[in-house]
Amino acid sequence: MLTGLNDNEIISKVLAGDQQAYALLVDRYQQYVFTLTLRFLKTREDAEEVAQDVFIKVYRSLADFRGASKFSTWLYTIVNTTCITFLRKKKLETHSLDLEKVFEAADSIDSGMRANLVEQKSRVAMVNQAIRLLSTEDAEILTLFYKGEQTLEEIATILTIAPNAAKVRLHRARTRLKDKMETHFADEVKDLL
Amino acid sequence: MSIHQTNIPFEEGDEQRLWDYIDGISSPSEKTVIEQLLEANAEWKAKYHELLDVHQLMQSSELEQPSMRFTKNVMDEIARLQIAPATSSYINKNIIRGIGIFFVTLIVGFLVYGFSQMHLDWNNHADSVLPVNLNKVNYSRFFNNTWVNAFMIVNIVAGLFLLDRYLANKRKKFTEK
Repeated sequence: MLTGLNDNEIISKVLAGDQQAYALLVDRYQQYVFTLTLRFLKTREDAEEVAQDVFIKVYRSLADFRGASKFSTWLYTIVNTTCITFLRKKKLETHSLDLEKVFEAADSIDSGMRANLVEQKSRVAMVNQAIRLLSTEDAEILTLFYKGEQTLEEIATILTIAPNAAKVRLHRARTRLKDKMETHFADEVKDLL
Repeated sequence: MSIHQTNIPFEEGDEQRLWDYIDGISSPSEKTVIEQLLEANAEWKAKYHELLDVHQLMQSSELEQPSMRFTKNVMDEIARLQIAPATSSYINKNIIRGIGIFFVTLIVGFLVYGFSQMHLDWNNHADSVLPVNLNKVNYSRFFNNTWVNAFMIVNIVAGLFLLDRYLANKRKKFTEK
């Protein structure tokens, strides 16, 4: 049963010539990669295009993965660099760390989201929408920590920063997320918790 | 911890301490201190629950789902591709070391030769740090010598030899594939 194989076993099979085994890795990580690319790119079309590009790049460079880190850490490093390269190429407007800009963006979409929230009334939807109000950097580090199952050291490797800087960045991101929830979803948070 | 100590007001930097406690990365002694503060200090307890709520909400967030054809699209694309050889397979460390040795030898050779040609006189240069007047050095004569020319030719031949070995190695690997 191939699905029971761990990442390194699958990689060994792919390197040995079993190209179809790579589909297992794609299935296993597509949601993580897509969620991360969506934190950068905002539109689902761009995010999906870049996510596919990431998996193609990973396949091409698979022989360079030596197992020194977790496969997911290596994969997310490629996600990070591919997204940055894509943004540079397309010169897309990214969310800046400037809080004022983030609040402006938040205010403009807040009313639409509230209507949506009443319908969905779910914890998951609220959290995901609150994350969308954050800057790319904040959303990325929160996703890596909570959903990507990465330690602070691994996040530091992915973002090419010091572990302590990753810790500080995560702390700030959580503080800003809390502020967003208190500002835009205070009632919903009370209902849900 | 005394009762007096548990009355410590919650300050800005303490939030990081609470996050570390929630993430389970506090040291054992710090963990004990925080636990005592949470038991005895209402302000700390309220703040802890506030942060814990955010933590739990984040844990409950879900991953985004790409289109149904995602895996198929990737597999269709890679069907036309081949895995690139590992970087380490075509960058031979011996070649890199050889090039390094080549340049180090070149530099050391020139330095040794240069110093051997200088007439160092520590006594007559009391006003200068160096025992030689650099303005009066005739640099051209260092490069107009049979030994220097021979040394440079040997280095060039060694460099070409290393380059040839590197290219032959690459050609061999390519034909093997």
